[in-house]
Amino acid sequence: MIALDVMTVLLVCTGLVFFVAGTAGLLRFPDFHSRLHALTKADNLGLGFIALGVAFQMTDAWSVAKLALVWMLAGLAAASVAQLVARAALDRLPDESGGEHKG
Amino acid sequence: MTAALLFDAGLCLLVLVVAFSAVAGRGLFGAIAFFIIYGMLIALAWLRLEGVDVALAEAAIGAGLTGMLLIGAWSMLKQLGVSGLPGGPSVPLRIAAGAVSGLVALALAATVLALPDGREGLSPAVAESLGRSGVDNPVTAVLLNFRAYDTLLESVVLLIALIAVWSLTPRAVWGGVPGLAQHARSDGVLSMFGRLLPPLGLVVAIYLVWAGSSQPGGAFQAGTVLAAVWLLVVMAGLYDEPPASSRNLRLALVAGPGVFLAVGAVGAAFGVFMGIPEGFAKPLILSIEFALTVSIAVTLALLVAGRPRRPA
Repeated sequence: MIALDVMTVLLVCTGLVFFVAGTAGLLRFPDFHSRLHALTKADNLGLGFIALGVAFQMTDAWSVAKLALVWMLAGLAAASVAQLVARAALDRLPDESGGEHKG
Repeated sequence: MTAALLFDAGLCLLVLVVAFSAVAGRGLFGAIAFFIIYGMLIALAWLRLEGVDVALAEAAIGAGLTGMLLIGAWSMLKQLGVSGLPGGPSVPLRIAAGAVSGLVALALAATVLALPDGREGLSPAVAESLGRSGVDNPVTAVLLNFRAYDTLLESVVLLIALIAVWSLTPRAVWGGVPGLAQHARSDGVLSMFGRLLPPLGLVVAIYLVWAGSSQPGGAFQAGTVLAAVWLLVVMAGLYDEPPASSRNLRLALVAGPGVFLAVGAVGAAFGVFMGIPEGFAKPLILSIEFALTVSIAVTLALLVAGRPRRPA
């Protein structure tokens, strides 16, 4: 039991490090696309570590499979949203530099 | 126990801070961002209170969909050149409004604390009648059987909201296609996600309706998932919105309330209007749930798309 708990604590803490790194990147990186990059990559990895850590607390394989599914879906959703945000930024950036933009 | 208490106290503090930031923020966009975070934190709070159904609905509709509507409204305002908040009410009025809100919150808190211990409200009555409701999830039993008219009116309210949005359509594009044309590279990443995620979303939505009869889930949660899937498909440029004059679209919009009303009318023949006949409760409730899911999904997706902007 203790070994499982240790694994959980280690993995969840690793996941948290990635979340903190992603947030630091969001706050500190210079331009829009780097910030988006920091956020999406680091958070997906962080969520993966946390899911893996929680998996050590599960009693059956079914719950572990559900956790894996949650991670996969969250990853796909985050990737889609990142694409949408990046596209919105592409539309807006010329606007911010003074150019005329319609739409 | 202490860890749980610490977590709850932290959550309460975060909710209060985020709520204050949403109300007191200077910029419109910041206020919207805090409102969305507030919705997610409230969903977490409902999870802690073991109200999984409410948590799902709050996360999907309260935070996700409402947030999207607010961001849409913000970007419209921006296009119109309205960048900041208008002057708004005067400082004394704001202080008065804050004071009244604070008093209401205090009165509510005092009422909750004054409730006698061990009081369960209506849950014993619900548990007692659950066997006759046709479903095993008490929340679904209340929403679609014991107090079905509440849910019927909710689904009609959604429809009226959409009619209100559509009523802003200029004459030239009446019955036209909602929203603006979306462009995306057909071999791009977004198109790939637009093709990959909808089947998964469809499965999740059907599961949510089906599970709603025995576990947390139901038409509103599933409808939001379907609406999100459709929004992704449109934004990936795979399909365009249907014109508002489309007959199939309008049938989909009224299917849920229509089936609901029809079942209610059957109930009237058995004695009580909106009373679900006991022997057929489960199939009837599932039919209502599936029809409602379709209507809620279409209505929510069209609310986000906005009024028709292009001729059909």
